[in-house]
Amino acid sequence: MTELWQGLVRAIELLISLDPEVFEIAGRSLLISVTSCSISALFSLPLGGLIHFYHFPGKRFLISTIQTLFSIPTVAVGLFVFVLFSQAGPLGGLNLMFTPVAMVIGQVILVTPIILGLIISALSGVDKAVPETAISLGATGFQVAILTLREARYAVLTALVMGFGRAISEIGIALMVGGNIKGFTRTLTTAISLETQKGDIELSIALGIILISIALVINLALSRIQQR
Amino acid sequence: MKSRLTVYTFSILATLSLLSAALGCSSAEGAELQPPKERLKVATTTSLYESGLWGYLEPIFEEKYGVEVDILCAGTGIALEYGRRGDVDIITVHSKAGEEKFISEGYGVERVAFAYNYFLIVGPEDDPAGLKEMSAEDAFKKLAESKSGAFVSRGDDSGTYVREKAIWRSAGYDYEEITKAGNWYIEAGRGMGPTLLMASELKAYTLTDVGTYLTYKVKTELVPIVDKGSILLNVYSAIAVNPERNPKTNYEMANNLVNFLTSPEIQELIGNYGKKEYGISLFNPCAGAEPEE
Repeated sequence: MTELWQGLVRAIELLISLDPEVFEIAGRSLLISVTSCSISALFSLPLGGLIHFYHFPGKRFLISTIQTLFSIPTVAVGLFVFVLFSQAGPLGGLNLMFTPVAMVIGQVILVTPIILGLIISALSGVDKAVPETAISLGATGFQVAILTLREARYAVLTALVMGFGRAISEIGIALMVGGNIKGFTRTLTTAISLETQKGDIELSIALGIILISIALVINLALSRIQQR
Repeated sequence: MKSRLTVYTFSILATLSLLSAALGCSSAEGAELQPPKERLKVATTTSLYESGLWGYLEPIFEEKYGVEVDILCAGTGIALEYGRRGDVDIITVHSKAGEEKFISEGYGVERVAFAYNYFLIVGPEDDPAGLKEMSAEDAFKKLAESKSGAFVSRGDDSGTYVREKAIWRSAGYDYEEITKAGNWYIEAGRGMGPTLLMASELKAYTLTDVGTYLTYKVKTELVPIVDKGSILLNVYSAIAVNPERNPKTNYEMANNLVNFLTSPEIQELIGNYGKKEYGISLFNPCAGAEPEE
């Protein structure tokens, strides 16, 4: 118990003293996760709309595949990206191995099923009367789509936050294709893993508390938006 | 109302991105997504990293050559694999047989020994299996036969693990039998530090390099049990990845690192590393020459 308490004290100390290394690592974790989720959202929004609004054979199967991939193991994605971008792999020529770019690519693969899947169910949750009324009033297909998206905005926001949560808390990809390089690819999760291995439990707990605090701030911001 | 919400959402997203970008870039080392200057990728065995030696030497080398060194801390087996795939420029490892194979297959240029120390068998202070003062082989034999103490093995393709298997063979055992010998034999599958912590928690014996052991000593309740014998000699060497095999490798800078590690000043720093803190050297310098027992 004393370890947990000391970890909490250490976390507060590190935050108050604006410890440069801790802030750098936290900033990098945030930057990489926000980038991955933004990229994923950029194509998941239109793609989710297409899948929702169009009827095509195999649609059900596609949606269940996407939902299955919600639980894809991070190490599996890490291994896939590693094999792809290693110098001995097909995309080795891009020299992206052990860089933050490779981590972003891995995280985009990781969070896209969640963001895409939740966007599709967000759109399905919109009252059918909304698009039907719009069509009866003479709205174009595009206008209907935008209207439905607007109706589903809170649920879409939840999709993004879920994706972000998965990205910032994952370690498999960060470790395998980032390599936990100090000052370059070290994130909160890989730093916690390393410090625990080194036996510095207090610092690990402190970093863990910082990670949870980031998640907390993001979720508080979200619920503020939803209460409006 | 709706547009206000959109503005809110976007401003929160924008603030987050800006904040993280600012935090990332505020540090001197930088978190830019693209590498800013020449980089050298080094894969090292865990003991050289977890003992803090690499953290100590890295800034000196970076300053001298104006290069950004990326250090990947992995077991010898993974480090050799990164080298084979061309994902790193140089490796610092400690498994002679594996290194010689790496070179004979054409992946590495030359094996340059730069430091050595000894492996130790460490265990709980009361020494339940009574292994003190024995040779490493006899100690393993007694452990396997009496089953009066547990043993935590690295079990992870590291240099230490390779040595452990060599000791079992030398003691006259088929290693396959040992892995099935019973609950007393535990394969951790982790780095040296975590393995020591695990052995301490379980009141078990384990084989460790002296450097990592001394670094972790205060965090464990393990004491040295066996520390003599030529089979316990532990040599660290640096191998630059062969540019003929992997043309993209930064061979010039890798060579600089080999010369740096074997230079008299750095050899002295390696020899003195940890002396103040632990009372004895963690590593003995052996510039370029293989030490003999």
